[in-house]
Amino acid sequence: MKLFNLKNALILAALIAVYAIVQMTAVAGTLSPFYLMTLVLVCVYIILSVSLNLITGYTGQLAIGHAGFMSIGAYASAFIVVKMQGSLISGLLFGALIAAIAGIIIGVPTLRLRGDYLAIATLGMGEIVRIILLNTDYLGGATGFSVPKSVDWTWAFWIMVVSVVIIRNFINSSHGRACISVRENEIAAEAMGINTTKYKVMAFTIGAMFAGLAGGLYANYMYIIQPMSFSFLKSFDILAMVVLGGLGSITGSIIGAGLMTILSAYLANFPEMRMVIIAVLLILLMIFRPNGIMGNKEFKLNFLISKKER
Amino acid sequence: MALLKVENLSKSFSGLKAVSNLEMEIKEGELIGLIGPNGAGKTTVFNLLTGVYVPTEGTITFQGKKMNGLPPYKVSYLGMARTFQNIRLFGDLTVIDNVKIAYHQHVSYNTLTGILRLPGFFKGEAEMEQKAYEFLKIFGLHEKANELAKNLPYGQQRRLEIARALATKPSLLLLDEPAAGMNPQETQNLMELIRWIRKEFNLTILLIEHDMSLVMGVCERIYVLDYGMVIAHGTPDEIKTNPKVIEAYLGEEAI
Repeated sequence: MKLFNLKNALILAALIAVYAIVQMTAVAGTLSPFYLMTLVLVCVYIILSVSLNLITGYTGQLAIGHAGFMSIGAYASAFIVVKMQGSLISGLLFGALIAAIAGIIIGVPTLRLRGDYLAIATLGMGEIVRIILLNTDYLGGATGFSVPKSVDWTWAFWIMVVSVVIIRNFINSSHGRACISVRENEIAAEAMGINTTKYKVMAFTIGAMFAGLAGGLYANYMYIIQPMSFSFLKSFDILAMVVLGGLGSITGSIIGAGLMTILSAYLANFPEMRMVIIAVLLILLMIFRPNGIMGNKEFKLNFLISKKER
Repeated sequence: MALLKVENLSKSFSGLKAVSNLEMEIKEGELIGLIGPNGAGKTTVFNLLTGVYVPTEGTITFQGKKMNGLPPYKVSYLGMARTFQNIRLFGDLTVIDNVKIAYHQHVSYNTLTGILRLPGFFKGEAEMEQKAYEFLKIFGLHEKANELAKNLPYGQQRRLEIARALATKPSLLLLDEPAAGMNPQETQNLMELIRWIRKEFNLTILLIEHDMSLVMGVCERIYVLDYGMVIAHGTPDEIKTNPKVIEAYLGEEAI
């Protein structure tokens, strides 16, 4: 294992190429603003789905309140940027921090238990946050909270890259393996000296933190945020991306988020058909690929490097 | 001094006494067998020792420390490791990752070092990789290091469970029916392996087993459990001729 090898160099080159192509066509005006917005949203949803995958796919804890953490991050960052005249970066960091704290508050009591308590608690949390925001006139209430647009493609893309790399590095470390062992067999993990509660809370908090970061990006890109847009339907959208891509696969989540976001954008003109088509897509997936597009495998470029370096 | 001392240990499940007034003492380096008919409470004893269950009464003293009510992971830190009767491997992970997870408590880097890929991460991972590989080699599993644990044949899964337990660096190893489902030849090899790891790792071993040839062959002392109570304990020869044991296994003598 080495940090600098052909594989990592190629990945970096590919990332720079994707970034540069989009940036140049956007500046030149050949890429319409609608497509650019879709691509920025893809970045936001990649962060959301990869972070949910850490909780649900890798640690095996079903959480269906990711939109709740996203809205916490969105409103907290908007609060800093608009009300406190803070910089974008401080807003994003504050949003991620508040979402992480919310994650700890939800996670510590529910993750001590085995079973699906987390699913119920997170579902409830998402709705509670939404109702509170709906009734907080200071933050715009139901009409929404106007935020100046300061996020552009550069911010969205590179924050997405950094987020994915951090989550990937976490999973591919001993601490990440400890999280996966909880999913595989909680009793055996505990018997092998893994503090299962600690690692469940850790994974959940990291996941919540990145959901908050994605929310901050979203808020500072969309001009306006409304409690409406963070309903539990959005949580299910994110979960659908994770399942579509494959539980326990980061590249799968990226593909899932990309597919679903682009599909939603194309179907924006027929909102009534959107849910039908996505539902049919998911049913087909369940029949033909029950483990998601990637299963729990990763798309790897390992053939580029010698066996020893892996 | 006794490595493990169990005094007056009892566990009831809403009225049913699964283990009652168990007394047990294990000295360092011993190889002890725990036998008894089905449902005698042997696995419950293991679950009490490793912290899966909290005892209703009594005390467990391990290396001079009282450890009632400690969660299983802390019991593991203190140096007690176990295998499971119904195999509990991390099936979707590779063989070597199974061992690495058990080695996690000895890992030298923290979460942030792992995320930032600081030099400590590479050093720690390299050490883990090497140690895990050594454990696999002892159990003849090194050639299957990168296979998924669930794809191993049954006998190798059992051996991987022991390898994984050893990777936590225990001083007391609890084996729950290690020979279950093995043929006589495999059992024979397992006996030799158990003797060998005890010497090599300086271990004390407590094992539950139904296979009498294994128990009588390797154990120095045997505890016999029936209906949650110790009905006999002594050397294999004493146990073989103990009328109470014969009664528990074969029923009362018809007169």
